[in-house]
Amino acid sequence: MSSQPVLEIRGLDKSFGPVQVLHNVAFSAYAGEVTSLVGDNGAGKSTMVKCIGGTYTADAGEFLFDGRPVQVNSPREAADLGIEIVYQDLALCDNLDIVQNMFLGREKKSGLVLDEATMEEMAAKTLDSLSVRTVKSIRQHVSSLSGGQRQTVAIAKAVLWNSKVVILDEPTAALGVAQTAQVLELVRRLADNGLAVILISHNMNDVFAVSDRIAALYLGRMAAQVKASDVTHSQVVELITSGRSGELGLQNVNGVTA
Amino acid sequence: MSTTMVPDKQTAAPAPSLGGNARAYIGRVRGGDMGALPAILGLLVLCTAFAVLRPVFLSAINFANLFTQGAAISVIAMGLVFVLLLGEIDLSAGYTSGVCAAVLAVMMTQNGQPWYLSVGAAILTGVVIGLILGALVAKLGIPSFVVTLAAFLGFQGLLLVLVNEGNNIAIRDPLIIAIENKNLPPSLGWILYAVCVLVYAAIQVVRARRRAGRGLAADTAGIIAVRVGALVILGGLAVYALNLERSRNALLVSLKGVPIVVPVVLALLIIWTFVLRRTAYGRHIYAVGGNAEAARRAGINVDRIRVSAFVICSGMASIGGIILASQASSVDPSTGGSDVLLFAVGAAVIGGTSLFGGKGRVLDAILGGAVVAVINNGMGLMGYSASVKYIVTGLVLLLAAGVDALSRKRAAASGLR
Repeated sequence: MSSQPVLEIRGLDKSFGPVQVLHNVAFSAYAGEVTSLVGDNGAGKSTMVKCIGGTYTADAGEFLFDGRPVQVNSPREAADLGIEIVYQDLALCDNLDIVQNMFLGREKKSGLVLDEATMEEMAAKTLDSLSVRTVKSIRQHVSSLSGGQRQTVAIAKAVLWNSKVVILDEPTAALGVAQTAQVLELVRRLADNGLAVILISHNMNDVFAVSDRIAALYLGRMAAQVKASDVTHSQVVELITSGRSGELGLQNVNGVTA
Repeated sequence: MSTTMVPDKQTAAPAPSLGGNARAYIGRVRGGDMGALPAILGLLVLCTAFAVLRPVFLSAINFANLFTQGAAISVIAMGLVFVLLLGEIDLSAGYTSGVCAAVLAVMMTQNGQPWYLSVGAAILTGVVIGLILGALVAKLGIPSFVVTLAAFLGFQGLLLVLVNEGNNIAIRDPLIIAIENKNLPPSLGWILYAVCVLVYAAIQVVRARRRAGRGLAADTAGIIAVRVGALVILGGLAVYALNLERSRNALLVSLKGVPIVVPVVLALLIIWTFVLRRTAYGRHIYAVGGNAEAARRAGINVDRIRVSAFVICSGMASIGGIILASQASSVDPSTGGSDVLLFAVGAAVIGGTSLFGGKGRVLDAILGGAVVAVINNGMGLMGYSASVKYIVTGLVLLLAAGVDALSRKRAAASGLR
């Protein structure tokens, strides 16, 4: 895989009033790889993702995109760079069909009129490129889809725009066993298609099933970012719960960082 | 994407066919998505019942009356569809139409302005009212029910002020009067009919050809033939019936042709259907009604959509007010009052527009408006008093809202929503 990360963050700080949520966080995501972001509740995963996605603006820190320093001040700017976030509570409209949902807010138009044919073609192509075979028709309403299929549509919506970085916030949290496998397979396929995938998950099995790298946050600090093949299940759990695991992780967790 | 794949027929929409469409429709109805079915069935039952009980119901003059009686309510209901699609309500639409009608009357009679300036002022009044209501709901966050209930009372007072505490302002402008009281020459009615059918058929064929040319699932010739055929038959029957002589003494004064209000309502129907179904704006209305948070995340300005829906609703109410003024040839404190609003909300809901937002069409307003007009007209012919009419219409509205709520429950159970 390429040595230069698509997205690199250095020294990210973020406070809400007197509470500092992120301390000097460094993070990288590589094209063609799934990087899992793990951490306990309140470790700062969501805040970090929202800083990347432009929902929050970071107090300090450097963002490098393809090696270039960039500023992300709004979700629109993040989308323009090619960063897409698939949120936990799926942002889909039940009363619209798959194509309409995938293009929501970014409809293709010819003049004043919606260009349905082009949208339908692009949506079908995207779903095919992800080898999605589970939906009956791309013109069926989202209300008739299962949880896994909805997650699939939400992910397909994110990759439709030639995005380079896709962030998935707990995509399997609400799914059954078979559907989880389906979505994880899709996550792996996204990376194999050359995207940098950032997966937020609580489920260690999911993390080890698809990840190339694992980044563990502990109380707003990046405990470690390691190759998934270099660590064991229990080491990651230690990183999440205490911020360190032997040589890995933060060396002085109670005071300032080492 | 770096991988190239052979287009997979499974993910593309399956090619529609007559049988397939029929099966899909039956499936939707079973699953709780009744659409316009209750309105169409209700219309058939009501018409049959009234025709049997009072043969005069089917007379040419009464048929034309149905159109002129239902026009204003249908127009106001069309505007309400936009607000209902967002899951909001506008209880003031009736008196908004009254206020706008009064503005029209005052401009014309007391200030002597020409009809176009007066009509412009009336519609502008509607737009401003919509802006205020929409801003209060979207920006300030007051529930639309409360905002428009307050406006309902306020506009009732405003209407009284405009008509000088209860005067009846007569409208004499021949053009305004003509909307509800004059007819197109029969030949022009047929020409309009032919143009409508041809344009509709052409649009359908061109669209299917274009889609087929790009390898997308397109409507088959059979489906198009059924749609166009339905329009040919229903439209033809209506124009034929409206072109029958309906004057008691044809030698003295001839009364035949399509009422002028019919093409007006049709034009509004076509414009708003186009906006809702073929533009990004219309798509965003459905999106906000379906899941406002998803719409916001997709970069849609939800507040602007909300305000615009109220503007359209009040703007359409102003046009409804002009039609009401034309119908009565005057404006008084009861114009747009009493039953107009409930009939209009009833029309939209009976037609199949959901009170819960996200589901509905502009055509629903016409279908529901037809049901309301038939009930009103038929019960009048049966000799029932206003009291019975109110009770029956109230029950029908309740029934329609009940069907809406039940179908929503059923849809939730069958996973359609």
